[in-house]
Amino acid sequence: MTVDPRSLRPSATFPPHVLAEIHRAADQGLYEIRGFGAKRKLPTFDDLVFLGASVSRYPLEGYREKCATDVWLGTRFAKKPIHLKIPITIAGMSFGALGANAKEAIGRACTEMGTSSTTGDGGMTEEERRSSKTLVYQVLPSRYGLNPDDLRRCDAIEVVIGQGAKPGGGGMLLGMKITERVAKMRALPVGIDQRSACRHPDWTGPDDLTIKIQELREITNWEKPIYVKVGATRTRYDVALAVKAGADVVVVDGMQGGTAATQDVFIEHVGIPTLPAVRLAVEALQELDMHRKVQLIVSGGIRSGADAGKAIAMGADAVAIGSATMVALGCNKPVHIEDYHKLGTEPGMCHHCHTGRCPVGVTTQDPELQKRLSPEQGARWLRNYLSVMVLELQTVARACGKSHVHNLEPDDLVALTVEAAAMAGIPLAGTSWIPGRGGY
Amino acid sequence: MITVDLAAETVRDLNQRLHDLPADTNERAWRVVNPKGAHALVAGLDRPVDVLIEGHVGYYCAGMNKHASVVIDGHCGVGVAENIMSGEVRVKGNASQSAGASGQGGLLVIEGDASARCGISMKGVDIVVGGSVGHMSAFMAQTGNLVVCGDAGQSLGDSIYEAKLYVQGKVESLGADCIEKAMTPHHVEKLGRLLARAGVKGDPNKFKRYGSARKLYHFHVDHADAY
Repeated sequence: MTVDPRSLRPSATFPPHVLAEIHRAADQGLYEIRGFGAKRKLPTFDDLVFLGASVSRYPLEGYREKCATDVWLGTRFAKKPIHLKIPITIAGMSFGALGANAKEAIGRACTEMGTSSTTGDGGMTEEERRSSKTLVYQVLPSRYGLNPDDLRRCDAIEVVIGQGAKPGGGGMLLGMKITERVAKMRALPVGIDQRSACRHPDWTGPDDLTIKIQELREITNWEKPIYVKVGATRTRYDVALAVKAGADVVVVDGMQGGTAATQDVFIEHVGIPTLPAVRLAVEALQELDMHRKVQLIVSGGIRSGADAGKAIAMGADAVAIGSATMVALGCNKPVHIEDYHKLGTEPGMCHHCHTGRCPVGVTTQDPELQKRLSPEQGARWLRNYLSVMVLELQTVARACGKSHVHNLEPDDLVALTVEAAAMAGIPLAGTSWIPGRGGY
Repeated sequence: MITVDLAAETVRDLNQRLHDLPADTNERAWRVVNPKGAHALVAGLDRPVDVLIEGHVGYYCAGMNKHASVVIDGHCGVGVAENIMSGEVRVKGNASQSAGASGQGGLLVIEGDASARCGISMKGVDIVVGGSVGHMSAFMAQTGNLVVCGDAGQSLGDSIYEAKLYVQGKVESLGADCIEKAMTPHHVEKLGRLLARAGVKGDPNKFKRYGSARKLYHFHVDHADAY
């Protein structure tokens, strides 16, 4: 009997990828664990556009007039706030999740570009301290590798409450990536599936956080800026509480943020997109009269200078990029195709960071695979990419008539969809309508 | 001995003075009076000094301690000696939650009782408690030794890795993947040395030992009920 194409009707409720996941779950009895970020369609910065200058405002000359990009972070309490040349920073990614070459490449590129890189769940490596002029040191629930010497030799401290890919969840690093060096840094047996705690071991709630921050300041003699990073969920309250607890900088990571490994159900179903998170964070800071006094860094799906410009126009002081950093280093690049196939995937769809078999040598501890990414080449790629982002950012800022990217403002934006207008608090293009405002 | 009166000086002043000590300092004996529950007292010490605190302290006393020997002649708040790296911290009274949390080395002695989560996430520290500990003690404990001369509350050693737990009294319940293990002569000897080092009286032969069953080290559907 031949197949009658007229009777072939796929189910909207059970499309092929849902069927495949149910089959896989039935087969293996475990939820899917993977890397990368949300793959579902979400409202993004693509749903906003800039209003370039015209008669009512005049633009700046694209290649002649200055458009500054520098940013100060940690000016509230820290004796030594940090000054970055560009408002695009690199988000925390652990040694363990990433190989040492990738971490070194990131440090070198950041140093050349005058921006900061960030450690991750697993402590600080010598390579990244040596290569990074400005290094942010994360204090995470797992406390892997945490020590006072690294607290004192970092340039800023980031207390991680959560991340956009998995707000409410802890880190995860599967056994194949727990090599001897990684295990030693984390004080764990080699080769086990490592599951970090989701809560800090010695504090719960905002009142305790205040005292925890006080302790970190005491240990570092009040020199280091202290960031508080939250995954975007109840962002207005979380940001307000972080400010109340004494943060110098708040980092808000939207649900498009990536991860080296976590449950797919977390990545796709927990948290809110970056777009509404920026608005909620800015509103919280404004309500407390702390906007621009406590700096805001936004991350989660930032890919271009345009994305950075839109986040800054909405009120962020800087952005952080994680997944895009990895892509610049070669993630999902169509090379070594046979190794993508060994993982059962294709370039462009790979999310197999958790396996440790990264075909391009970024998210691996395998010495042979790591050779595919030299620190020099990786640094060059990332520096180029960051340079392009900055040029794009300056381009849109000048088009809006701004001599500093921080002069971008919400009035420079309109939304292309009703959803984006409502989430970002930006008027729908061609109207003055912001859904939810003014009683309708 | 240098005496610092916290009725007259601030915690910031005290900590800065201690942090500023050179490596070859001869100002090694310090006494702190009127702590009045202050937080982050003597946190981040990095010199082989002896500090006696006369009174009760707040959160994170002697946090991240390295090299120093700190005695608290009173009770202490949350997270005493959290993330201790080396040296010794002794509490003559009772300790609140998360004592010695994520400690990576050194010795923490609590002569009284410790509350919940004592030794949570410990990574190499030795903790000796003269009294009892509360629930979820040694949660996700990675390495090091926790010795409890009294009783242990619910879910002792939940999701434990390679830390060793010794309890003389009753254990209300064991947490996921934590089991009782044989107390061999080697362990008796090791425990005896640790008790002696801590200056806590106890017969090592009367203790039971607990540790990881190592069944949760890798994800497996048949272990889902354990969580």
